[in-house]
Amino acid sequence: MQLTGAQILIQVLIEQGADTVFGYPGGSVLTIYDELYKARNEIFHCTTCHEQGAAHAADGYARVSGKPGVVIATSGPGATNLVTGIANAYLDSVPMVAITGNVSRALIGRDSFQEVDITGITMPITKHNYMVKDVSKLADIIRAAFHLAISGRPGPVSIDIPKDIQTAVTEFVPGVKIEKSNGLDASEASLARALKLISQSERPCIYAGGGVVISDAAEELLSFAEILDCPIGVSMMGLTAVPHDNPRFLGMTGMHGRYAAGKVLSMSDLIIAVGTRFSDRATGNKQAYQLGHKVLHIDIDAAEIGKNIVADEHLAGDVKHVLRQLMTLGVKRRPSDWFTQVQKVQAMPDNHLQMPKDTLNPQTAIEAVNVRLSPGDVIATDVGQHQLWTAQYYRFRRPRTLVTSGGLGTMGYGMGAAIGACMARDKKRTVLFTSDGSFHMNLNEMATAVSCGLPLTVVVLNNNALGMVRQWQTLFYAGRYSHTSLDRRTDFAALADAFGAKGFYADDLNNLNLALDEALRLDTPTLINVCIGCDEKVLPMIPAGGTIDDIILKG
Amino acid sequence: MNEEKFALSILVANESGVLTRVSGLFGRRGYNIDSLSVGETEDPALSRITVVSRGDKPTQDQIIKQLQKLVDVKSVTLLDWNNTVFRELMLVKVNAEMATRAQIHQIAEVFRAKVVDLSTSAMTLEITGENPKLDAFVSNLVPYGILELCRTGMTALSRHANTNKTYESEEELKWQ
Repeated sequence: MQLTGAQILIQVLIEQGADTVFGYPGGSVLTIYDELYKARNEIFHCTTCHEQGAAHAADGYARVSGKPGVVIATSGPGATNLVTGIANAYLDSVPMVAITGNVSRALIGRDSFQEVDITGITMPITKHNYMVKDVSKLADIIRAAFHLAISGRPGPVSIDIPKDIQTAVTEFVPGVKIEKSNGLDASEASLARALKLISQSERPCIYAGGGVVISDAAEELLSFAEILDCPIGVSMMGLTAVPHDNPRFLGMTGMHGRYAAGKVLSMSDLIIAVGTRFSDRATGNKQAYQLGHKVLHIDIDAAEIGKNIVADEHLAGDVKHVLRQLMTLGVKRRPSDWFTQVQKVQAMPDNHLQMPKDTLNPQTAIEAVNVRLSPGDVIATDVGQHQLWTAQYYRFRRPRTLVTSGGLGTMGYGMGAAIGACMARDKKRTVLFTSDGSFHMNLNEMATAVSCGLPLTVVVLNNNALGMVRQWQTLFYAGRYSHTSLDRRTDFAALADAFGAKGFYADDLNNLNLALDEALRLDTPTLINVCIGCDEKVLPMIPAGGTIDDIILKG
Repeated sequence: MNEEKFALSILVANESGVLTRVSGLFGRRGYNIDSLSVGETEDPALSRITVVSRGDKPTQDQIIKQLQKLVDVKSVTLLDWNNTVFRELMLVKVNAEMATRAQIHQIAEVFRAKVVDLSTSAMTLEITGENPKLDAFVSNLVPYGILELCRTGMTALSRHANTNKTYESEEELKWQ
């Protein structure tokens, strides 16, 4: 059948199961939007206020659904506005297909109106990208993009489609939905070496990352830990890999990790790293991190093995598959009282830092949300102190219930991401923890949440400061608060009302509880401005490049 | 750090932007490029890039694995210095007055260089070989005054029937 490029794009999106897309129209994607209009019963298009919000929404959608997020933007500024969102997805291995229009082929390279080389710009932040120069190749390029985005280690792929390609006509052959391929498979020899390494260990500790969540391996991970009778520490990306009420759960490791997680890792004789890339925020001092134990590294991306931490043995493959293989092969360790030792560390007072229970503070605010939500409800965050407090205090119970910017640390990520997350679950209850700093960056997307009628509750932990930077200034820059004390008078509750959402104000625990009760009952967007002190700190803290012995436990 | 010189032979799809993807990867991850040469292979769909770089073993390993992740990269081979034919081509334009012309000729003969252009005051020589030979040739010509010089960068093929496809990219990236 003869179709135009724009029609082919829509057909392949439908064929690949992209029933929800995010984007913003413009001159170079007019033809695509014309076809989206005709296909409005097959594809729901969420129009955001800014392309960055659309990219983050596609990202949040992908993290929660496991399907690739699709974002569409016009050429030039539309395309460049996607860049932060694409980079964010790249660093957190989120499957995304970013589609941009461009000027017609004849105008490319002439600095035409709204022309930008988005393929060149996104080269370092995509798994791969395409500029379509021949309409007959368009369908297969889009299919290849979907396949690449979800296969192996997932990530973003961008496709730039010049305007004349969108109108050019070619023969279209319908295809089928493409399944992911896992690529690497751990070799028998490497499995045997790994089994031997584990069998020689009597104090193993699992360190789980986002790869466990991505490969839906949470169940396998717990069984594996049961067999080895060992604890599990997690990276921020791996927070939802283990239910937090499970006794094997140590908490998050690293800079703002829990005491027991850092301590137990340092006591172990073998770290079994599963689906993680050993980010500097999670390891601290890399030389010290390696001391005293061996490392078995399991990851789907062979390039991660030996990149940041030297692995004694490694298994390159999909973690779900590899864990199953190890269990089938009868993995076991040397008997010892290791888990009793672990429990002693878990019981230490240093592992139970608490903020006062009867005042309004970050911990009690997060706990107030925690007790009101179901295990499957999704939490999104922005970036900064509130993000770490959420990571530390919120008790996640199921995989894919946390949507947060780990690798890139993108302030302004939350609003878009929460919108996408909410849509991925058919508009179910979603809560965004944000702060006055992060929320100010992309608060425009509140309008999107209102247009789409999302049951999204935005909890702004408002300290009238850029708290995380302020914390570093307190600790390491002698209290010189350079440009972090915000003299802003924004009334967030009134702003929410102005957007057509409903705003609440909470300056003590009692009115926070009342506000939450009402906000979480409504099926429309709500916002609660929660007043907290500007000198609340994220603790514990291991300074950059430090070890568990450098841990700061008190402000 | 045991930095050592190493050479990679990279088979890539012969498409626009591939060289940027490969050289960009070296740049943004902080790897050095000492020399780089690129050209089409016997299969017009493929090009071969030969890169000479420096780094310790873990760096070499990282470079190879990162290259293998590029969709357009079909295979990456770490070349074995003892089992590979390395060649570089150089053109040198050197001052060649009547008085010195014969001497330059003599040097060219020793190094098996060819005269490819001649004017009243200058001579252009073409030479191929491995790097040390080219370096030695240059130092012999310096006293006469080198006017212009250009080198192609090293290119290489493994000896015998080996086909430089031993480190096939492990990930099958085609969607079919």
